[in-house]
Amino acid sequence: MTGAPGRSAPTIDPKDLTLKISGAIIGLVIVLWLGKNFLYDPGQFLTVAIQGLKNGALYALIALGYTMVYGIIQLINFAHGDLFMLGTMMSAFVITTVLGQSSPGPAGYAAFVVALVVSMAFCGGLNVGIERFAYRRLRRAPKLAPLITAVGVSFVLQFIGLRWNGSGQKQWQSVIPDGQINIGSVEIDVQTIIIFAVTIPLLLLLTWLVTRTKQGRAMRATAQDQDAARLMGINVDRTISFTFALGGALAGAAGLMYQQVVGTTAYNLGFQLGLIAFTSAVLGGIGNLTGAVLGGLLIGLIQGLNDGLVYGLGQQWSQSVVFTILILLMVFKPAGLLGKNVTEKV
Amino acid sequence: MSALLEVRDLTVAYGNIVAVQGLSLDVHEGEIVTLIGSNGAGKSTTLRTISGLLKARSGSVAFNGERIDHLEGHETVAKGICQSPEGRRIFGGLTVDENLELGAFLRKDKAEIAADREYVLGLFPRLRERLTQKAGTMSGGEQQMLAVARALMGRPRLLILDEPSMGLAPVLVDLIFETIVKINEQGTTILLVEQNALAALRVAKRAYVLESGKIKLSGDAAELAKDPEVIKAYLGG
Repeated sequence: MTGAPGRSAPTIDPKDLTLKISGAIIGLVIVLWLGKNFLYDPGQFLTVAIQGLKNGALYALIALGYTMVYGIIQLINFAHGDLFMLGTMMSAFVITTVLGQSSPGPAGYAAFVVALVVSMAFCGGLNVGIERFAYRRLRRAPKLAPLITAVGVSFVLQFIGLRWNGSGQKQWQSVIPDGQINIGSVEIDVQTIIIFAVTIPLLLLLTWLVTRTKQGRAMRATAQDQDAARLMGINVDRTISFTFALGGALAGAAGLMYQQVVGTTAYNLGFQLGLIAFTSAVLGGIGNLTGAVLGGLLIGLIQGLNDGLVYGLGQQWSQSVVFTILILLMVFKPAGLLGKNVTEKV
Repeated sequence: MSALLEVRDLTVAYGNIVAVQGLSLDVHEGEIVTLIGSNGAGKSTTLRTISGLLKARSGSVAFNGERIDHLEGHETVAKGICQSPEGRRIFGGLTVDENLELGAFLRKDKAEIAADREYVLGLFPRLRERLTQKAGTMSGGEQQMLAVARALMGRPRLLILDEPSMGLAPVLVDLIFETIVKINEQGTTILLVEQNALAALRVAKRAYVLESGKIKLSGDAAELAKDPEVIKAYLGG
């Protein structure tokens, strides 16, 4: 047997090799850790994993808004988390204040659906308004200008939340029943099922919109090259508005589910969850829709496992673990899980 | 008879830098008109202004007797002007087929769109083999074919081609110019910008020579090809 003819010995870059070896070691440690936990109590392992994915679904919905806006106008919309926060308040307002529902039952479920529509429309509309008045005129300005504007909008939204909700947390009664379903030793609560029952159709709808409709094709074209899109007859301004509307609506849906599942609203909620969701978007590869969902679910899963497992570090380390993993991943895959290293082609 | 496209005293500037100054040109129905000139003469700026991607500082652009210089880029497409821009600008992350569909973005006549798709795939058979491929993975020549095909999918009254032969191998350059003539013979009016002045003057009916943002010479393409000044400056004579 002879080697492949004409092929020179591959040259090994020592730096690259170190990176690969350390990556393999880290991967091995994680696999061993997961294996040990799984064998210790498979039922509990799956229970906390599902619990983690439940949060992950919410992160994914919010992360999509970050990644879509970044994809189309290369702006990190810092105000997006605060939009989600206003969504939680709008949901509480609709369900409890307007419709007076505070317990499960047919009326409660109807209120949930009404709140879903209202919250999605409210956040979508608000996001379109923000783009129209704050970001649009800065589209040709240096990148820093819209970025700082987004930080400013974030503060404006937070103070609206402060006026609306007060400076502390508010507790709300949920219309989602508390119970849980047991499959073997795995527990799945009704809340989780509701979250997936809302999130999965929304993601399918979004996928259909982006890949199958004319408006979706216009979105992808605009994201790649605005002037070329104009030359196709695409109204770029309207396409960008549409993107903000979609991202906002998803944040509105996440807001409702957070308010109903966690049961609290607070003016500074957007900062915490927004940061996690933004991290999800970066982890998955910013600008990539599938990546945002994957990143969100992954961060939810990591948090769930870390917080719930016997050999985990516990809740007080939750954020540290998430961001450590983000940093590690960025070292090995700087563009994120599904991101591509984009080189400008001249 | 008034021209299909009438540009009058067009001045376009980027900040303080005037790129095009007092430019006037006409394109009549059914013609191939070429605009030649060296790098930085203002050719692409002129085309971008006609398409509504840039706003003129002064002057006017009329299409089919109607002022269009206040329109946005997507609105000039609705009037019937399609441009294959400089550097191709195809959507590299989308498939070839999706690029073609985007070319027909404003049209609703499904049967006619399907017919035009067959027509452009007939002009560029190579694209048919690549329909499901991401456009960015094709060779430069194939991307150029796609850029022209995509512009044709809008079924334009005026097709604007900006440097369609740039960076292509000589055999492909010939193919592109042959196709330009074919498209014109089918009744599409063409405004062609080229650095390859020799080939452009050969296919065009009339020509304008642009220098430092101003029209320096204009007239019958065959006559201009014999003009000593043109030969010296642009034809490498």
